[in-house]
Amino acid sequence: MNLPLPNSFRQGPDARGRFGEFGGRFVAETLMPLILEVEQAYAAARREPAFDAEWRRLLTHYVGRPSPLWHAERLTEHLRKGAASDKGAKIYFKRDELNHTGAHKINAVLGQILLARRMGKTRIIAETGAGQHGVATATACALFDLPCTVFMGATDVERQQPNVFRMKLLGAEVRPVTSGSATLKDAMNEALRYWVANVQDTYYCIGTVAGPHPYPMMVRDFQSVIGAETREQIMAAEGRLPDALFAAIGGGSNAMGLFHPFLDEPAVRMVGVEAAGRGLHTEEHAASLERGRPGVLHGNRMYLLQDDDGQVQEAHSISAGLDYPGVGPEHSWLHELGRVEYVGATDDEALAAFQLCSRLEGIIPALEPAHALAAVTRLAPGMPRESLLVMNLCGRGDKDIFTVAKHLGVAM
Amino acid sequence: MSRIADRFAALKREGRGALVTYLQAYDPDPATSLAILRGLPGAGVDVIEIGMPFTDPMADGPSIQKSALRALKAGATLSRVLALVRDLRREDATTPVVLMGYLNPILSYGVDRFCTDAAASGVDGLIVVDVPPEEADEIEPQARAAGLDMIRLIAPTTDDARLPRVLAATTGFVYYVSITGITGTRSASTADLAAAIPRIRRHTALPVCIGFGIRSPAQAAEAARIADGAVVGTALVDTLAASLDEAGRARPDTVRVVLDGVRSLAEAVRTGR
Repeated sequence: MNLPLPNSFRQGPDARGRFGEFGGRFVAETLMPLILEVEQAYAAARREPAFDAEWRRLLTHYVGRPSPLWHAERLTEHLRKGAASDKGAKIYFKRDELNHTGAHKINAVLGQILLARRMGKTRIIAETGAGQHGVATATACALFDLPCTVFMGATDVERQQPNVFRMKLLGAEVRPVTSGSATLKDAMNEALRYWVANVQDTYYCIGTVAGPHPYPMMVRDFQSVIGAETREQIMAAEGRLPDALFAAIGGGSNAMGLFHPFLDEPAVRMVGVEAAGRGLHTEEHAASLERGRPGVLHGNRMYLLQDDDGQVQEAHSISAGLDYPGVGPEHSWLHELGRVEYVGATDDEALAAFQLCSRLEGIIPALEPAHALAAVTRLAPGMPRESLLVMNLCGRGDKDIFTVAKHLGVAM
Repeated sequence: MSRIADRFAALKREGRGALVTYLQAYDPDPATSLAILRGLPGAGVDVIEIGMPFTDPMADGPSIQKSALRALKAGATLSRVLALVRDLRREDATTPVVLMGYLNPILSYGVDRFCTDAAASGVDGLIVVDVPPEEADEIEPQARAAGLDMIRLIAPTTDDARLPRVLAATTGFVYYVSITGITGTRSASTADLAAAIPRIRRHTALPVCIGFGIRSPAQAAEAARIADGAVVGTALVDTLAASLDEAGRARPDTVRVVLDGVRSLAEAVRTGR
């Protein structure tokens, strides 16, 4: 592209909700007035110190933030064994898996639920893949006494039973979605359809940095608490900024949250890790940036897995949370600008990283950050020994032990 | 004047509203789809709306979702949809044809080329559901240059402040989505419609058609009386689906059954009952 590089990577989106050509508001007219209402309400809430104070109170006392920045010493030493004597980055984990509900999703959910209350909405809907966003939304709805309906692909309902049960315990209704491929993409379609039919009283709490403007911006803003904390914590621990940041990418919310506060630090390398499923050479993966091309789905222009006729293709990943054929518009833009590198990790690599992390650090990660860890194990040994690497450990693996056991041939 | 303007002007002289029907191209197979489309003008359809199949139709209910999947399975692509329109045009030069669908397949085809090819194939207008006026520059200049009308949806949620903006970006006719909801799920009340249509007319001289939730001949007649036309989609798609065999293939009477459904709608619109 011949466009001049922007002097800041942190100014997006523009007034149309675009990051370069990506983003926008591609929704049916029925939803458009509501999308504009959300945008206005969010802009007003952001200007209000009391809104921010209430959100931060919840993050501190309910979620348990700030989450620790953990020096993964055994992992660091393990990866240095196979490296040259001057190589092998020092690895830190940003431990968002310690949040209440077990993942980073709750950060943006609480912000959105506070917004929904300000807007006078009395019902909440959400889509979920792995169930983490659904659990987080059900949790916040229990706390604020709001009825909650979570749309979840029937395939995901099957493979994420523990989270389905959690959502029900929390008082949410889980609606299995059987249309299309019955995964996250279809759950989002169905949530949007439900929203169209219930615009008056319902707020749609989107779980990732995708969807029509202002969602990609809003979810990013809330998740940026991850990167902002990381910045303070690494300065306190090391007295300098990190050299590299790693995070898994499905829709891209945990990565966007970690990366955004660092985007204008040219010395900080950023690596987003997509699910390469059974391999990028196969058709079974979820690598929208590496194997897709720009398209419009779910209200925004983004990199999308699609066939030659613009029909959306099914994604595949062992991780239900990464099993999505698109990726947020800001990632799409950063990919084209080359500010962030995007690489893949396969199902098998993620499974290996999942076990490695459990044994070396005593932390069972979710399959989503296990993908980021797989890329870390590949790239950290080639980085200088004095370099600092932070990986977002964005979720814990409790929900995944059944899936992993199955893949390892263990009967439970 | 365009075929769309001609047709609505003629109906106005006749003193009745239009029957607009929606069926998905290639549902359940290209031959059946073409046979039904060719039969529509004779069965009393005034404006033919053809769905462009998409994997993820955000504004459509289960019936049209399934119909899109049948059509895609039968090999539907945008270029084949345009070929279908050319085949239809060989026998009918006057009935307006409107394509309805979603943006991504058009982007994939190339917006410029699509608009040019669609116009050359005999298409008169486009309804692109997920392109609100805010995103109109994605396709409107190209459509206008090709001489295609951009028919826009107005919803019950489109307030008075927003109406002029949406209408300014509309040509051909206005498609009033009578319910807040997806296609084929519920119906608006007479009172709602009686209030909604004059509100739109205060802002535009374009013909107004009512769609979403119109299933029966009586509902079609009422909508065509209150507004300038009634759009029936899901009910016909359901009729088609019910006529298929267990494997989703057309039966010998599929074309006739669908056209019979159309005829009863057309009769109701003409007699006002």
